[in-house]
Amino acid sequence: MTTNEMNKPNGPVSAALLAGGIGGALFGLVTLVYELNDTSAFAKSLNWYNPTGGLSGKSSLGVIAFFLTWAILHYVWKGKETNFTLISSIAIALLVVGLVCTFPPVWHLLAGG
Amino acid sequence: MTMTGSEIWTVVHGMVFGAIFLLGFSAAIYAVYSMKAEWLTAEGLVKQVKIIQLYLWGLALSVWAAVLSGAYIVYPLYRLTPPTGTTDLSTFPKFLLLASESTAQWHEFGMEWKEHIAWFAPIAATVVAFIVSYYGPLLTKKVGERRAVMIFFIFAFGAAAMAGLLGAFITKYAPLH
Repeated sequence: MTTNEMNKPNGPVSAALLAGGIGGALFGLVTLVYELNDTSAFAKSLNWYNPTGGLSGKSSLGVIAFFLTWAILHYVWKGKETNFTLISSIAIALLVVGLVCTFPPVWHLLAGG
Repeated sequence: MTMTGSEIWTVVHGMVFGAIFLLGFSAAIYAVYSMKAEWLTAEGLVKQVKIIQLYLWGLALSVWAAVLSGAYIVYPLYRLTPPTGTTDLSTFPKFLLLASESTAQWHEFGMEWKEHIAWFAPIAATVVAFIVSYYGPLLTKKVGERRAVMIFFIFAFGAAAMAGLLGAFITKYAPLH
C-alpha cells in the first residue's frame, strides 16, 4: 500500500454509518407516528403510491433521509478524521431505535391497546 | 406446473432476490472477518479485496431488489381490497388472514413487522459495501471500522432473515394466486 492509502481518513466511513443510522431511525419514528394514528392527516400524506399505501411514504422518507444525510455528511467530513468510536456507536444506537419503533407490539403499547 | 404472474413475482421477490442475500451472507461476513493482515499475503489481499467488494455490492443490489419488488409489486397484490359482498377471500390474502381470529395475527403482527423491518437490510448492506470499497486492503488494519462493518452487516442479515421468515409463514397461510 502507498502512503496515501495508509492515511485514508475515516470521515467518509463515519458519514456512511451515521447516515445509515439516521435513515433507519427516521423511518422508525415516521412509522411509529403513522401507526399511532393511521387516520391522521400526517398518515394520509404518506400515501405516495396508492397500491402500496402508507408504506410508500414511510419507506421513501427513510431512504431519502439515508441518501441525503450521507451526501451531506460525506461532503462535510471528506478528507477529515472523526471520532469514529462515538459516531459508530451513535449510528448503531439509531439503528436500534428504528428497529424498536417498527416493532408492532411497541405501537400497541404506546397506543394503550 | 403453471404459475400466475402474482406467484412468479412472489417467487422472484423471496426465492431469488431475498434468497441471494440470505444465502450469500455467510460467505460475505466470513470474508470481511478474515480481512486480517496477519492472515493474508499482500498479493492475496489485493485479489481477495476486489472480489469481496464486488460480492458485497452484488448482495446490496439483491436486497434492494427484494425490498423494492416486495413493496411495489407483491405487497399491493397482498393488500388488494375485495369488492363488497365477496365471500371467497382466497385471492385477497390480507383480508383472508383478517377474516379469522386464528390467522389475524399473521397480518397484524407478521406482515406489519415484515413490511417495515425489511427496509433496514438494504440500507445497512449498502453502508457495508461502501466502507469495504472505500478502505479496500486498508480495512485489514482498521479493527474498529471492520467491527462496525460486521455489526451493520449482521443487522442487515437479521432484518432480511426476519422478513423472509415471516414472508414464508404468511405465504403458507395466505398465498398470492
